[in-house]
Amino acid sequence: MSTFLLLTVTGVGLAAMYFLIASGLSLIYGLMGVLNFAHGAFITVGSYGTWWTSAHVFDGIHSTLWRWLLSALVGLILGGVFAALVELILIRPLYTRHIEQVLVTVGLQLAFVALVSGIWGPDPKTFVVPAWLHRTTDLGGALIPNDRWIEIATAAVVLALLQLFLRRTRYGLIIRAGVENRAMVQALGIDVRKAFTLVFAIGGVAAAVAGVLSGVYFNVVGPDQGTSLLIFAFIVVVIGGLGSIGGSAVAAFVVAIVQQYTNYYASAGLGDMVVVLLLGLVLLARPRGLAGAVVGARA
Amino acid sequence: MSNRRLVADWLWPLAVFAALALVPELGFSIPKVFDQPISSPGTLALLGACLLFGGLALTYDIQFGYTGLLSFGHALYIALGVYLSNIAITDWHWSFWPSILFTMGVAVVVANVLGYVSLRVGGIAFAMVTLAFAQAGSVLALKDPHHWTHGEEGLGADYTKLPKAFVGIVNTKNLYWLTLAFLAAVFFVVRWTVDSSPGRIWQAIRENEKRVEVLGLRPRAYKLQAFVLSSTLAAAGGIVYMLLYSGSTLAVTLPNFTLTLLLMVVIGGAGSRWGAVLGGILYTYLNNRLIAVGSSSAVQGLPHALRIPLEQPLFLLGVVFILIVVFLPGGLAGLAVRGRVSGLRRIDAAIRPEAEGA
Repeated sequence: MSTFLLLTVTGVGLAAMYFLIASGLSLIYGLMGVLNFAHGAFITVGSYGTWWTSAHVFDGIHSTLWRWLLSALVGLILGGVFAALVELILIRPLYTRHIEQVLVTVGLQLAFVALVSGIWGPDPKTFVVPAWLHRTTDLGGALIPNDRWIEIATAAVVLALLQLFLRRTRYGLIIRAGVENRAMVQALGIDVRKAFTLVFAIGGVAAAVAGVLSGVYFNVVGPDQGTSLLIFAFIVVVIGGLGSIGGSAVAAFVVAIVQQYTNYYASAGLGDMVVVLLLGLVLLARPRGLAGAVVGARA
Repeated sequence: MSNRRLVADWLWPLAVFAALALVPELGFSIPKVFDQPISSPGTLALLGACLLFGGLALTYDIQFGYTGLLSFGHALYIALGVYLSNIAITDWHWSFWPSILFTMGVAVVVANVLGYVSLRVGGIAFAMVTLAFAQAGSVLALKDPHHWTHGEEGLGADYTKLPKAFVGIVNTKNLYWLTLAFLAAVFFVVRWTVDSSPGRIWQAIRENEKRVEVLGLRPRAYKLQAFVLSSTLAAAGGIVYMLLYSGSTLAVTLPNFTLTLLLMVVIGGAGSRWGAVLGGILYTYLNNRLIAVGSSSAVQGLPHALRIPLEQPLFLLGVVFILIVVFLPGGLAGLAVRGRVSGLRRIDAAIRPEAEGA
């Protein structure tokens, strides 16, 4: 029972990271039709930005908590700014040229990972975090590492903020309308391109949060970490239905939990295979993903 | 077929491949371009790798450039050829030809099954799904549940079972000819199929899938055809790869392996035979030479900010790729057909979100 609890909470912690990455991917895809491969680079900007500022800028701060929080804040800002710049410099000039937009993000991702390993080496970097995060909490006999709670709470806050933003603000309304029918939004005289930069910045910050959390979850950050997380985020996005935040949240949960259980109860590595199998099954039954099927029925 | 096309499409390539076949007999060296004389095993191995990747890039172009399918999982089929043939020979102690036949048979079945599932979705979702399948293959090769692939160590081929002509450094020129034969075979298969009636439908799907559907044809069946042909040829290339490097390593299973094929095709020119081949050859050559340049004393003496980008071939090639995508969407081949719509511009319709759904 305690193992089961540990696996579940760890699974939800992993789901939190998948969700943070998938939500941005899904919004960007829903609004602009761009599969953003450079999302992996945003994750890396977040994790390396945090690691670097923690080691070089805030190394005088004694409280590890403040040191971590302040560097994480810098990492998030860097992630958002980097993502917005990518949209402005690389994606915007290619407006209406979809395939080029996708390929540019692929090139950026490859070049960026190469550059990061060139500058800081291919070895993983240890991540300074408050000692409390490495301790465990007893939950019904299961010793749960404390960082899991932070991951789950952060993702929950981001999910709530995103939903609030999308449902309660004018820009959120434009984004939601754009996901449904971009041509109609433009026909109403709204410059939907402003929303593009915004969506990229939001996705960049969310991915940077995932980057910081992955540094906590895995204890280290490496140049390839973003890419491997990205692949599972892609699976989550397709299962959840492209363009749906709620669908991403549900799919992230399902994928991570299934992965954890299978990796533990069956055999290590099998979980990754089962997740892909799950993707195949969902595609056979509902090609538009869990949430996409609902949208398709309405349209 | 007009005489001009006969010359351009069949005789010219034949002449080029025949000329390439003579390369191992050349007695001179080209300083700066190759470190060693042309007929030396080192140079021939590099040239063989270039030709092999020219062929592999062309197999990718069947689905990407000609049919408009953006796959991120092509590496899976190459890896299948690289690993399964080697596993049959080295782990199961089969003899050479049954292993090859078995590998090709499995490749056809796997391509049909996974292609059928992946083609349930189109456009970008197809890209993500193929990536996921390739990732599953990569994990399988890494975790190695049956102790066949030997995970990160890689699997060296049992050379006693390989044909004698392909074993040992003295036979490098045979391997060179093997890669050339693979490239020529893929080239002529592509030349023949894209001009056949299914091949014309592939290109019609790339231009406008809806219109093909309105004509009463089922695009999915034709897309599956292109996918299976491309994947099967890729598996054959994988077997050549296994022979050339006399073993299997995890590098061929990684997502980046597919992405480098994409880079090759786009740099050379998507939907163009010579373009894809040239892209593959050029990329492989540059990737190889840039590593040598990066570790040369001239670069090591440069200041930090200049040295680090130069040491990373993938960084430089990635930047070149981005520049080509933005400024030269027809790739290098697009330079030859200036003014006509070429390369990526023709694929765009197939990747648009409107084209999605089953």
